[in-house]
This record gives sequence, C-alpha cells and structure tokens, in this order.
Amino acid sequence: MDKSKMKGGLFSKVSDTNLLFSITVTIFILMYASAVIFQGGGFRKPQTLFNILSSNAALIITALGLSIVMISGGIDISVGGVVALVTMSCAVYLDYCPGANIWVSMLIAVGIGLAFGIVQGFLVAYFDIQPFIVTLAGMFFARGMTTIVHTKPFNVENEAFRKLKDTRIVIPGAGSYNKHNIYQPAKIEIGVVVALVLVVVLFLVLRYTKLGRSFYAVGGNKQSALMLGINVRRTKFLSHVICGLLAGIAGYVYFLNVGSGSAAHATGMEMNAIASSIIGGTLLTGGVGNIVGTLFGVLSLCTIQNMVASAGLGDAWWTGITIAAMLCIFLLIQSIVIRQKKRALRV
Amino acid sequence: MNKSLIKKITSNQLFIPIMALLLLAVINLIVDPGFFKVTLRTNNDGNPVLSGSLITILDYGSELAILAIGMTLVTAASGGQDISVGATIAIAGSAMLRVLCGTNPRPDAIQAPIIVAFLVACLVGMLCGAFNGALVSIFKIQPMIATLILFTAGRPIAAWINFNRLPIVPDPKFKYFGGFIPGIPIPTTVFIMLLCVLVIALVLKFTNLGLYTQAVGINEKSARLNGINPTFVKFLAFVILGLCVAVAALIKVSRIATINYNVIAKDIEMDAILAVALGGNALSGGKFNMWASVLGAYVIQALTTTLYKFHISSDALAAYKAVVVILLVFFSAPKVREYVGDFFKKMKAKKKTAQLVAVGDSAAEVISGENEEVEEDN
Repeated sequence: MDKSKMKGGLFSKVSDTNLLFSITVTIFILMYASAVIFQGGGFRKPQTLFNILSSNAALIITALGLSIVMISGGIDISVGGVVALVTMSCAVYLDYCPGANIWVSMLIAVGIGLAFGIVQGFLVAYFDIQPFIVTLAGMFFARGMTTIVHTKPFNVENEAFRKLKDTRIVIPGAGSYNKHNIYQPAKIEIGVVVALVLVVVLFLVLRYTKLGRSFYAVGGNKQSALMLGINVRRTKFLSHVICGLLAGIAGYVYFLNVGSGSAAHATGMEMNAIASSIIGGTLLTGGVGNIVGTLFGVLSLCTIQNMVASAGLGDAWWTGITIAAMLCIFLLIQSIVIRQKKRALRV
Repeated sequence: MNKSLIKKITSNQLFIPIMALLLLAVINLIVDPGFFKVTLRTNNDGNPVLSGSLITILDYGSELAILAIGMTLVTAASGGQDISVGATIAIAGSAMLRVLCGTNPRPDAIQAPIIVAFLVACLVGMLCGAFNGALVSIFKIQPMIATLILFTAGRPIAAWINFNRLPIVPDPKFKYFGGFIPGIPIPTTVFIMLLCVLVIALVLKFTNLGLYTQAVGINEKSARLNGINPTFVKFLAFVILGLCVAVAALIKVSRIATINYNVIAKDIEMDAILAVALGGNALSGGKFNMWASVLGAYVIQALTTTLYKFHISSDALAAYKAVVVILLVFFSAPKVREYVGDFFKKMKAKKKTAQLVAVGDSAAEVISGENEEVEEDN
C-alpha cells in the first residue's frame, strides 16, 4: 500500500493494467523471497514451486476464465461447481460404463463446461440478467447435479486413466539432492503444461486479436464499445462461453490431479479463483486485467497458503482467514488506486 | 372493466409469491393431502406442541423471513446482495456460545445471562455488517465481492472464536428460542418473526428509512443532490442486516444448543436472496416491498419442505432450487418481458387482420384478453 501512495504522481502516466500488474509481481517476488529467507528449507528447492503449480493447475485455469469474464465486466461463480460436476461425471463414466475411453471422458468434461458457459452466457448477454444471480444458480445447480449423478465419493480404477494420472514430465536441470545425496529430478504433472499453454494462448488472444481487445472495450465502457461497432452482447456471451470451457478443462485437470469423483471437490474454488484474479490485477469493474498477472495471482495465493502451512499454523481455518485477508487488502489497494487516479485525472 | 381488475391484481407485487404458494398447495393437495394435517402431540419435554408440515414451514420459514427483511434493505440500497449471511450467522452464533459457555466447552451452568450473550451476538453481527457496509459504501466495492471476504473467512473465524471446540449450552431455557416455550404449542420462532416484522414496520412507518433506501437504490447521484447521504444509507442497510443475522443466529444455535461450524446456516444466503427475488423485488436495487419478501421466504420454505416430501436428499435440493431461481429471474427480467410483450403485440396485430378477413369479433376479443393476462403473468 505504501508503494501505491509513493507512486501517487505517476498514476496518470501508467495504465491501470500495467500498474496493478506490477504491484502483483512485486508482491509475489517479495513474498517468495521472504519465504526463501525466513522459512528456507523447502522453498529453496525448485520442486516446491513445481509442486505448488502441480496441485493448483486447475485453479490457474479457472482463474484464467474468470479473468476474461471479469475483464469484460461480468462474473462467474459457478466454476467450482462445474469442476466438481466434471470430476463426478467423468469418474462415473470411466468406472461404470463398459469400454470407457479416456478421450470420451475428456469430451464429456469439455462438453459440460461448454454447456454451462453457453446457457449462462445466453441468459446474461441476451436477456440482461445479472451475471452473479445466473451463475449463483449455476453453481447450486452444478453442486446439486453432482450428488444426483452419484452420491458417494469414490476413486477411479480405470487403468488407462490411472496411467495418464501418474504420468509426470521431468524438467531437466531443476532437480535437487535429497538427504542421502541421491539426485531427484524435478517433475510436474500434465495439468501444469495444459495450464501454461492456456496462459500463453489466452495472453496472445487478449493482446493481439480483435475478440481479445473487444473484451477490454466492453468491460471498460459498454456505451463506447457499442459506438465503436463492437457487438457487445456477442462479446459478453463469448466471455462466458470461454469461461465455461476453461472450467470444463480445469475440471479434467483437477480430476487428473485427485483421481476421484466427489461432490466436495473444489469447494470454494470459485472464491479462490476470483481472489487470485483480483490479486493478479483484474479490476472488478471490468476493462482492466492481465492474464500473466492472474498466473502470478494464483502463485501468490498458493505461496501464502504454503507459508501458512509451513509456519506451523496447520489448522484448517487459517488458510481461509489468510486468503480473505489478502483479498481484502488487494481490494482496498484497487479501490485506493482507482480513486487516486480519478483525482489525478480531475486535477 | 374486467380487464382492469385483472391488471390490478396481477400487477400487485404480492401476486407472484401468493400464486407460487397456491401452486405449491395444489401440488401437495394432489400428491399427498396429509401435507396439511396438523396434529397436537407431546414433545420430549412433555409439552403439548403442534406438528406437521405446515408447522415446519412456519417454523423454519420464520428464520428465513427475518433474514429476508435485512436482505431486502441491502438489495434495495446497494443493488447487490450479501452472500456472507450464512457465514456471519456462524460467527454470531459462535460468539454467543463463547459468552454462554466461557472457555469450558462442557459447563454445568451458563456463565452469563442469555440476554447478554444475545446482545454480544447482535454487536458481532452488526460489526460484520459494518465491515461489509464499509467496503461497499466507502470503498465502492461491488456488494457480492465485498461480502465474499466474510463468506470465506466467516466459518474459519467462527471456529477460531471457540478454539474449534463445540460447546454445549446446559440451560434448557436456551432451547426455547428455536423450539417451544412450555405451554405454548406454537413455535417460538413465529413470535420472534412477528416481533421483527413489527419493529421494521414501525421503522418504515415513522422514519424515512424506506424512502431514502429506495431513493439511493434508484439513483445514487440524484439522491445525493437531494441531500441524502448514500454512503450512510448503504452502510445502515448492511448494519440492519447484521442485526437480522444475529437474531437468526440465536434461533439457529438455540435449535441444537450447540454449533456445527461447517453446516450451520449452509446455503441460507441462496434462500434469502431467493426470497427477495420471489417477492418481486428487483435484484438490481430500487423500489422494494418488505411484505412480499417476507411472504417469499415462506414460499421458499414451502418449496423446500415439499421437495423433502418427495424424498429428495438435502444435497440434491440445491439443483432443483437453482432451476426455480433461473425460471424466476428469467421471467422477471425486463428484457424477457419486452420480448414477450413484442411477441404478443405481433400476435394481436396478426389476429386483428385475420379478424377483419374472417369471423365475428367477439371471439377474437376474448383471445386478446387472455393474451394480455398471460403477458402480465410473465
């Protein structure tokens, strides 16, 4: 917060997107550095970072979707429910249908995500219904459907799936020596590759394509976007469809990570995704945001969680409280930054 | 003349909740008339109490109605909803138990009078409301995002207040609030609800709260130009909701004389928002009708109880309710009304041309009259 006050005079020169992005990256680097210095040990190994990435690949993907929706001025809180529904549907398909194929299960995942995106996007964009209410209903529908599909959580036994689940990609040169001086190569899960590819693709889409720029235009000011000849309704619709699609993919990545179906999976994930998106510099009011910032937002969030866990505050409630506190601080920073900027513009 | 009467009835805000209630009643009447049976039986404490599905609706609908009062004000003033009410109930309830039981989770007697514990809970609820209210009114954060903070942190904080233990209140008197007072066969929650409704009715009648809230909700800028302080009005709405939350927490905790941090008041925010929407209040703020919201709360509870009657598990319930919400917001959306209106206008125009060509006009008039009715329903 001190930083934002210090920079007060510069606000009008730096664009909102870059300003919030630089705040996020600075905070992440400071945080990781302090973790390495004060808590040492695990944080020094690159594998810790890879572990954080592996267990949060699904969160990164959902946060990307949320960033796009939020940049275009909407919100989607159904993503956690969609992830749970995907895990359960795929698990039931793989274990209860004879001759199940993992490619078909991937199609199911993407299909569920797309269906949610299309229905929600349609209601929001073409009928002017508040996105929060629509997606709140979507979240409850997805959670309810999950228990209707199958009541009890269970582990998937399908062999082809288990093989895919246990596949790891080795990163050369980033390994470390353990206590017995045996070299352990650094590994990541497939989901991380998917997430990082999506980050790059979406970054390029948002920066260089017409659709990407119209997301920013619609989120920034609907009226002027309309006057520029942008199809506002279609843009909003597409933002929700992309978010739904990403939620479906995230569901499958999550499924690969945990290997089971359960209605309790991804509880509160929408909240974490929104929080990381906000921490990553996406503005709730729309029009401002950065995909790479979102990646850093997720990483900051997970680093904090890891720090809390390794600081001995293992009790479950501390995680919730720290995330909420962090979200609160970033929301306040945003609010102050925007206010300062408005004031600077007026003067 | 007939048409104008229909219009008058259907345009009333109470029309939607009453129709929904009647619809539910008819469904229950067809499926199982036992739904309406109310019997007098003796409960575990030896008191004669009323029981039956209708009493369940009255009992559990009342706590929802209390929340709906606060939620209506917040919705009207800020144009957004508070999604942290469930988590705040956990916090207020936990604080109440902490005062009643002290540090010992299994005390022999309560450590403080119930009224003190309740006042502390009120204070805690209002503080939570003030926190949300400050974020929304002073820092101009969207209500749903601002309340997301307490939504995540609420249950952990509630667990932290009691060191994650589950204290049990030993005093049987504490159970009266969520159960029955000896000698009175009607659930106590009904009386608490009536008291709350009376208070808010008096407040709306004798103060400018209702007027100011609507003014801020409709147009914040012009409200400010008319000398109303929008920041304060919004803040106040959240604080009042905090008070409602504390009352609901008293009922919730009293029902089981203890607390379960993860389960208490779960998904209640959804029901409260739904009650406001069902009451025909615009979720984007502005004009509101408190009584329609209160009635809406009972409709929601009636729906829940009916679904339970069909042996739907509590986890799957959310899916069915979500469908109801979507249908509700869909048909109450101005855009949809516009489309439907246009559609029927076109139909009417077509009919008129057909009418010129062909048969007598009396039949066509009846049809067009019916059309208008359908239009209003939507």
